[in-house]
Amino acid sequence: MIEFRQVSKRFPDGTLAVEDFSLVIPSRKTTVFVGSSGCGKTTILRMINRMIDRTAGSIEIDGEDIVGLDRVKLRRRIGYVMQNSGLLPHRKVVDNVATVPLLNGVPKREAHARALELLDTVGLDRALANRYPSQLSGGQQQRVGVARGLAADPNILLMDEPFGAVDPLVRAELQHELIRLQRELDKTVVFVTHDIDEAFLLGDQVVILQKGGVIVQKGSPTEILTAPANEFVADFIGATKGKRALHIDRRDGRDVVLDSEGRAAGVLVEGSAGTGEEVPT
Amino acid sequence: MNLLVDAFAWIFDPAHQAGANGIPTRLVQHLGISLLVLVVASAIAIPVGYLIGHTGKGRTLAVSLTGGFRSLPTLGLLIILALWLGVGLEAPLIALIVLAVPPILAGAYSGFEAVDRRTIDAARAVGMTEWQIVSKVEVPLGLPLLIGGLRSGTLQIIATATLADYVGAGGLGHFIFVGQKSNDYPQMLAGSLLVIALALLSEGIFALLQKLVVPRGVVANQNTDVRTSSPRRVAVVGSPTEERK
Repeated sequence: MIEFRQVSKRFPDGTLAVEDFSLVIPSRKTTVFVGSSGCGKTTILRMINRMIDRTAGSIEIDGEDIVGLDRVKLRRRIGYVMQNSGLLPHRKVVDNVATVPLLNGVPKREAHARALELLDTVGLDRALANRYPSQLSGGQQQRVGVARGLAADPNILLMDEPFGAVDPLVRAELQHELIRLQRELDKTVVFVTHDIDEAFLLGDQVVILQKGGVIVQKGSPTEILTAPANEFVADFIGATKGKRALHIDRRDGRDVVLDSEGRAAGVLVEGSAGTGEEVPT
Repeated sequence: MNLLVDAFAWIFDPAHQAGANGIPTRLVQHLGISLLVLVVASAIAIPVGYLIGHTGKGRTLAVSLTGGFRSLPTLGLLIILALWLGVGLEAPLIALIVLAVPPILAGAYSGFEAVDRRTIDAARAVGMTEWQIVSKVEVPLGLPLLIGGLRSGTLQIIATATLADYVGAGGLGHFIFVGQKSNDYPQMLAGSLLVIALALLSEGIFALLQKLVVPRGVVANQNTDVRTSSPRRVAVVGSPTEERK
């Protein structure tokens, strides 16, 4: 569990990036910070591993104030995945994945064996282990980035717009891989994005932020969709238009779901969510 | 043309191959001075350059200071230093170090500055200490530019070390100064040719070194394929089957 208590961050130039921010991030769930550029979401994320130090308030991980912890040790037990993968260009994939264990003094052979397993975990061919990052596609680089984040087996995984720079098809693929991974690994994931669809897809808890790290609404995707806190949220999630405002029309004996423009979005089928099974009507 | 032939004849004259004023002795002196200057200048410039590159602080000061020193004419500086320190090795050493520090310093800090900030940010975020960021990320990735700085510094040292003999410190300059005094132009030219040969040799070595130290992953994505066909596409109107109708 990560707990923010009245946390503020004022940068040396005087800008108040985050003001009086309080939030509990539950363990083994995915919490997504979503908001427009400059809302402070990345600042909040980076305060967790002390890449940025808060100027007021307290941040606790499992009841322990992180101010008392050594920065380097803290960072090594928290996985971090960033937008551009941030891999070391002069090191092979396998060395990149093994970075943190090697820093922690794990013998090279052991660290490499574990790194190869992690490549399997994130769905990469082991044959890529001896390539350099620049020889991989953007999507593959992000997978390596995720593998590196997981290498020290951290409880917490911080992800700063990790899929922001890949094309939509690969992004969708990576998002579903992350859902699968989270089901297998059960980490506390803190995810930052400006894409509300991504937030609803991945988040158990979605936190919508406004400038200054002000929480406009937090809750499960369902809670936010069914009861947007105000007009800003409704607007942000597009509740009143497009594919979020659906209605049902009966055509040729079937229930057709239409979006706000009257375009067919799908057909209503019976059966519970998630089974993917179609029941004949 | 004759002068050039005479100069080569002078170089290969057996009488000039031995003794205190023989070519080998002078060549070794020249190389010794150059190497010593390179080592001392690097010992000053590389740590300072790395500090500037890593912290991003003090750059303006260092650049203007070293740039200012560099604009001093080396001959003038050499004579002032020699008047102060006396005839010998110290004056040319200091004058040459002043000349060699700026390019090496620039190579060191620009090598660090050229490293993608996001790579360094990621290295810090995964838990590298500042020292590990320097030694495992910035130094290897900045090496090509540092070697470039050393290369240009060495070239200037070798060329300018010719002046060392002006204050009696030895080196290949001897042939030039003696030749000038005695109107022995073949000897002057021979001295110049030897300095040029040395400079070209150092260029060659550094060019090779520069190739070798570029981190492998950084060159891995560079396309080394030789094009076998023209990159231009032939304009086609319609589908290929209709093309020649």
